[in-house]
Amino acid sequence: MADYTIKVRRYQPESGEPAYWEEFNVELEPSLSVLDGLLQTKDRTDGSLAVRCSCRAAICGSCGMKINGQSGLGCKTQIGEAQALADKKAAAVGGASEGNVITIEPMGNQPVIKDLVTDMESTHWEKFRRVTPWLLPAGTPPEREYIVEPESMIDITQSMACIQCGACVSSCLSMEADPLFIGPAALAKAYRFVGDPRDAETSERLTDLAHDPHGIYDCTHCFSCIDACPKGVAPMDQIMRLRRKAGEAGIEDPNSGHSHEMAFVKIIEKKGTLDESMLLQESFAPGVLGKLMPTKRAIKEMIGSLPTAIRGIKTGKMRSLPKLIPGIHHKLPGGAQDEVKAIYKHAEAHNEEFNLYIKGEEGDEEAAVQEGLEPDAADYLPTGADKEASNG
Amino acid sequence: MPSHDVLVIGAGLAGQRAALAAAEQGVSVGIVSKVHPVRSHSNAAQGGINAALNPEDTWESHAYDTVKGSDYLGDQDAIEVMCREAPEEILYLEHLGVTFHRNEEGKLGTRAFGGASAARTYYVADITGQAIMHVLYEQLMKYSEQITRYEEWFCSSLAIDEKGECCGVVTRNVADGSMQLFGAKSVILATGGDGQIWKPTTNALICTGDGIAMAYRAGAKLMDMEMIQYHPTTLAGKGFLITEGARGEGAHLLNKNGERFMERDAPNKMELASRDVVSRAEQTEINEGRGFPDGTVALDITVVPKKRIHEALREIVLVGRDFAGVDITREPIHIKPGNHYTMGGVKTDIEGRTDIPGLYAAGETACVSVHGGNRLGANSLLDTLIFGKHSGRDAAARALRTDWSKPSEKVLEDEQNLIDDINGREKGSGRRVSEIKLELGQTMDKHVAVFRDEAGITEALETVRRLKEEAKSAYIDDHGQVFNQDLMAAIELTYMLDCAECSCVAALERKESRGAQTRTDFPERNDEEWLKHIDLERTEDGPEISYSEVTITQWQPEARTY
Repeated sequence: MADYTIKVRRYQPESGEPAYWEEFNVELEPSLSVLDGLLQTKDRTDGSLAVRCSCRAAICGSCGMKINGQSGLGCKTQIGEAQALADKKAAAVGGASEGNVITIEPMGNQPVIKDLVTDMESTHWEKFRRVTPWLLPAGTPPEREYIVEPESMIDITQSMACIQCGACVSSCLSMEADPLFIGPAALAKAYRFVGDPRDAETSERLTDLAHDPHGIYDCTHCFSCIDACPKGVAPMDQIMRLRRKAGEAGIEDPNSGHSHEMAFVKIIEKKGTLDESMLLQESFAPGVLGKLMPTKRAIKEMIGSLPTAIRGIKTGKMRSLPKLIPGIHHKLPGGAQDEVKAIYKHAEAHNEEFNLYIKGEEGDEEAAVQEGLEPDAADYLPTGADKEASNG
Repeated sequence: MPSHDVLVIGAGLAGQRAALAAAEQGVSVGIVSKVHPVRSHSNAAQGGINAALNPEDTWESHAYDTVKGSDYLGDQDAIEVMCREAPEEILYLEHLGVTFHRNEEGKLGTRAFGGASAARTYYVADITGQAIMHVLYEQLMKYSEQITRYEEWFCSSLAIDEKGECCGVVTRNVADGSMQLFGAKSVILATGGDGQIWKPTTNALICTGDGIAMAYRAGAKLMDMEMIQYHPTTLAGKGFLITEGARGEGAHLLNKNGERFMERDAPNKMELASRDVVSRAEQTEINEGRGFPDGTVALDITVVPKKRIHEALREIVLVGRDFAGVDITREPIHIKPGNHYTMGGVKTDIEGRTDIPGLYAAGETACVSVHGGNRLGANSLLDTLIFGKHSGRDAAARALRTDWSKPSEKVLEDEQNLIDDINGREKGSGRRVSEIKLELGQTMDKHVAVFRDEAGITEALETVRRLKEEAKSAYIDDHGQVFNQDLMAAIELTYMLDCAECSCVAALERKESRGAQTRTDFPERNDEEWLKHIDLERTEDGPEISYSEVTITQWQPEARTY
């Protein structure tokens, strides 16, 4: 047993008072959870402390909250670890290296109803319904099951593993800037259908999500959602898959999000660092031919971008000459550019998804070694486990 | 007053399936759940769902396994219906979008499970319940014009009209505390089990027997309440579940000497015998000193290929890591039998009808009885879906031929008075609700568990009756309207105490050992006297006992070995 102090952000709507902090002492084994600490407080000290919870085992998704500022599940965060993190954070800014309080707050990006209970309906479920979250197969179903690639089902099981806890929504920086952003959870759900070979509306779904100004190109790649997700769903990865599929399907989105991304990729491959003066035209009129014969839209977009470019010059963001004149941006010195190209080559040769259900933990190659296979080859081989199981 | 032809209480698998089945009949449906539907406890069903869908398999084989698993207490007509309709239900789910595991040909693949003579368990990694429930929720959203969802509305009692028929429910909107009377032509209770009566339990905090107790109070009979499943593999102390799928994939059970003790108790099926058999074997090892000092035995999953563990048992990898600090791919994990499932419940027929016209029950709330003395792994999801579907359809059919009967406002007043009474209790007027709940859980886990005897059950019953008295003056801290979980806990406690009393009374009554009921003072099964269900009906002095026949169609009771 150890003693901990939890400092809870409380809000009692009927009191007429604003939100406030309250500290509680709890006594728990370090391996028990932050939720256990809250439940002990409810049971012993103050039953009015409101927190949604049910399974206590990271399955139901009820107890999303911020612990020491990080979004996650109360039941999945061990209180001993939370204490260690609180101490580490305090020490990093010159505070005491032990005995700090563990702060617990309601999730972010969601209005608070009471204490740790937030309004997920308006901030999550509404957006969830926005992505048409049900299968839309073509025609009448077959007499038996749909025959699909085994890997495809394992692949989308990663997004099916989402328990809708809202931790990713809570941590999403894009949503903080744009509350209308469809958001990581709902977009991961969208991939569950886009990646499902039984769904017949893939193209419509992708077009819809690419054309929505608050859709897939609203994500800024910040990785917060991957960090926050307690179930390994990696929502940002699902958003990137949606983008890739939209790009592959030639869906031209009004934000030019896809071509903008491709422009980044191309410039870095060529120059190693970002040639900002190239970025605009590569985004809107890519390639030599594009530059010679820009489409009406490209011209319009580039003219429309002029104020931004001028602001860049005025504020000093683009001050050196090479940053202003397209094409003369320096390459990396020595053989560094070749190394960048080698990275590209490697990435292209290993152009596969990171999926926990297929690959196991990151860097976990033991299973493959045991089976006497090269790690890369083993990752995508069917296991034959069905046969084994039916013998049991 | 909001009214629906069919009102479903509870939005786990049984409730959602019932709502969809009712809506298909063209009636208006409301579904009320005290938590958001996707938080429901069906999520926790990890391993899979049974169906004889392979051409080599037969529903008769599935039914026989289920009958044998039930220790011949299951009603065979209901079991036949469940097993016959199982393959069609799997295909229905697959067509809706459930991401079932595929074999190399891209067809549905299976895994082995306990007490089954064929590998007939269909699954989605080890999140089968979650995957199915989220897909059904997708369908609820799709059919939102026919199905109105009342998410986070707490149902606290049933409205029965002067003809004795169920005509509505009283609910509380959790978000603002407003009370609302709902009218309905048919009400389906699908609120899950009552595992919170035990501590520890694999059950979620919401599993407080609401539907069972509400039906009981309204006069419906309960059945098989003594049959409580202890799951063989739960984490000591915390009660978290390790799926039977682990043993299905080949994991071993070992005592502290490293012996596979199942060789003694089930030489053929070994770790995949029925759950009651495995739990008893484990508890025997522990009681006789061959367990570990923490009162456990070991589950060794390291014998399963690591790649397969990651693909098929991923959730268990996380549970081991996050809740036990054990990497199950490298070392055995300590487990013990833990409270898991209520085979008993509200007595219903195959269409989910209770003794009260207009009142239905489905899923763990109900006792059809397909599980009898012991439920087979991967039969619970099936039970929820098949009998959810039957209840939904029959409830809709009833609604189409029935006139509206307006529930009396008095039910609402009574409920409001009860809440005012709870709110009026000041600190110190009695015990804390949480204290009573804790004593209840510990008492039941001590005396109404794997092994039982008259003295222990009697002590439990006396404790429960004392706690029922104490609950009448138990106080809460929260007197507000918004999200008052304290108040709900006080009401849930009374549900739990009613259910606990029934389980004790039935366990005391059954003087034999069958399925999950192992009486050390009556160690043998006694078909002569006890091949029958124990039914319980509420009276002022506690549950009144009666008996009903077990339906036997084609499988006569025989000795049960694995």
